[in-house]
Amino acid sequence: MGFFLEVLIGGLLAGVLYSLVALGFVLIFKASGVFNFAQGAMVLTAALALVRALDIMQSQWHWPFGLALAAAFAFAGLVMALVAWAAEKLVLRKLVNQEGIILFMATIGMTFFLEGLAQTVFGADVYPLNIGLPKEPVFILEQVFDGGILVNELDVWAAVIAGVLVAVLALFFQKTRIGRALRAVADDHAAAQSVGIPLNHIWFIVWLVAGLVALVAGAVWGSKLGVQFSLTLLALKALPVLILGGFTSVPGAIVGGLIIGAGEKLAEVFLGPAMGGGIEIWFAYVLALLFLLVRPQGLFGERIIERV
Amino acid sequence: MFYREAGQFKESYRTDQAIFPIAQDRIVVLVVLAAAFLVVPFVASEYLYRAVLIPTVILALAAIGLNVLMGYCGQVSLGSGAFMAIGAYAAYNFAIRLPFLNPFVCILLGGVVAAAVGIAFGVPSLRIKGFYLACATLAAQFFSDWAFLRIKWFTNYTPSGSVNGPPLQIFGFDLSSPAAAYLVALAFTCILGLGVKNIVRGHIGRQWMAIRDMDIAAEIIGVRPMYAKLSAFAVSSFLIGVAGALWAFVYLGSWEPAAFSIDRSFQLMFMVIIGGLGSILGSILGAIFIVLLPIFLNQALPPLGALVGWKISTATVSHFEAMIFGALIVFFLVVEPHGLARLWSIAKEKLRLWPFPH
Repeated sequence: MGFFLEVLIGGLLAGVLYSLVALGFVLIFKASGVFNFAQGAMVLTAALALVRALDIMQSQWHWPFGLALAAAFAFAGLVMALVAWAAEKLVLRKLVNQEGIILFMATIGMTFFLEGLAQTVFGADVYPLNIGLPKEPVFILEQVFDGGILVNELDVWAAVIAGVLVAVLALFFQKTRIGRALRAVADDHAAAQSVGIPLNHIWFIVWLVAGLVALVAGAVWGSKLGVQFSLTLLALKALPVLILGGFTSVPGAIVGGLIIGAGEKLAEVFLGPAMGGGIEIWFAYVLALLFLLVRPQGLFGERIIERV
Repeated sequence: MFYREAGQFKESYRTDQAIFPIAQDRIVVLVVLAAAFLVVPFVASEYLYRAVLIPTVILALAAIGLNVLMGYCGQVSLGSGAFMAIGAYAAYNFAIRLPFLNPFVCILLGGVVAAAVGIAFGVPSLRIKGFYLACATLAAQFFSDWAFLRIKWFTNYTPSGSVNGPPLQIFGFDLSSPAAAYLVALAFTCILGLGVKNIVRGHIGRQWMAIRDMDIAAEIIGVRPMYAKLSAFAVSSFLIGVAGALWAFVYLGSWEPAAFSIDRSFQLMFMVIIGGLGSILGSILGAIFIVLLPIFLNQALPPLGALVGWKISTATVSHFEAMIFGALIVFFLVVEPHGLARLWSIAKEKLRLWPFPH
């Protein structure tokens, strides 16, 4: 039982990390109807900008850690703002009114571009990232179970950060003027435009917010794995989370992440040995597929109403 | 001046419904085909075969297959690499377990197996639509990556996990030279491509397009969505499976599951989108473009760097390639979202008036 709980908790925490990536997808899809495959590349770009800036500020300019960290985050945020601006100005604005699949392809093109650019500018090695998050594994509930349950402290912090992020996003969407405009655009482009909401600004803002979410995801994942190219593969880990939760729902991304994280870890540990191991990656998709067969729009997605 | 259909009268339904109703089109196609079959084998170098011609021809077939599903039936699939893998490994298993079968029969049987699996993975499309379906097809991709790596029976328990195709021969002729391999691939692509062109012109193809344009409306006017969607999945997977088997037997010779990874799926999807959704010609143009572009960048970048006095390392070249590739994809989509096939038809319109525009 202790072992089961350990796997379950590990899976849930990993799932929260997937949710962080999935959140960026959801924000952009809601506001602009673009299925943004470049989210993984954005995570990589943000993380690379962060780790390189932090490195230079600490080792060459000898800034104190706190100041360097803040400045590095600001720099990475600026880079993401630049990416958002370029995406809106050079890609989205030119492809207004095209079919979803064309926009999707364009974001795959952006993925290639960003991956190449980020690695040319910031280098392509594996960079360890230390932003002050503790990394020691800790044992909890030692009184209840024999030997306790092993939990990675970093994962717990990541979960806390994800929770804070979602709360901030919720406040931003519910309470601010821009947030209300974003929700209006998500609801109906044409109607939002006709009451005077500038679509282009909104798209820039939403890509910026997605970029900042990518920055947070990149910081957390970078601390966990080191900043490296494989961070872009997170996009593929986030997709089952996304389809399970529904493309249009922020809570869906969180719940989907929890279900996928727990499901794939449990499957890997308890089914994996019987099937030769390594089943994690496709099991997530099959799990999402099973949920989709019951609810084709995902758990929390908007109900698809079709008319002729 | 040369491209006028004036004076070409259609006197029967047969001529009116021909694949190429304009005589000049027929001539151009015949000349291109004749050049591909008769001239290229005498002039092409080994490098040209291995790097350009054979990959282009085989991937064009796969792109046609994907276009059937995406362009004609409107079902987005990110799992085409998986169906190539299934075709390749099924053909391999037929070849080693039934050694009396000719390799070409094995290739076709590989396509049949891929079609069967394609139908199975097409079933969710009856309920799931759009991007949800696209993501769901990734299940096929990751499952096949895993299965061909971990289930040893598929690779005949070879210790390295890499398998070898049988030697290609027919009626005692050895077909392992690059020229012969090219001709084999070209023959497959032309024959199957012609078949697909006729299918999409016919009654099944019109059902697919009705489903693509609006599936509920199609259902109401009497198109059976299950039959139409699953037949599109079957035909598409068959073509992609045959292309996969050709890729393995004719092009690679010995291969590992990584040859059919998700990158392959994206590559095929690029071909279809850049070439033009819902166009056979577009698939071929897209395949040529996507195969040639990285080779061109690879050749052109180091000299360009040397020109401005900057020595580019191999890693930087590959990053630059990715950047330029991505930028060009976006550029093409912005300039012409309907693909190269659309550019071609615009060119034809212009050509009809040229050189007297009034």
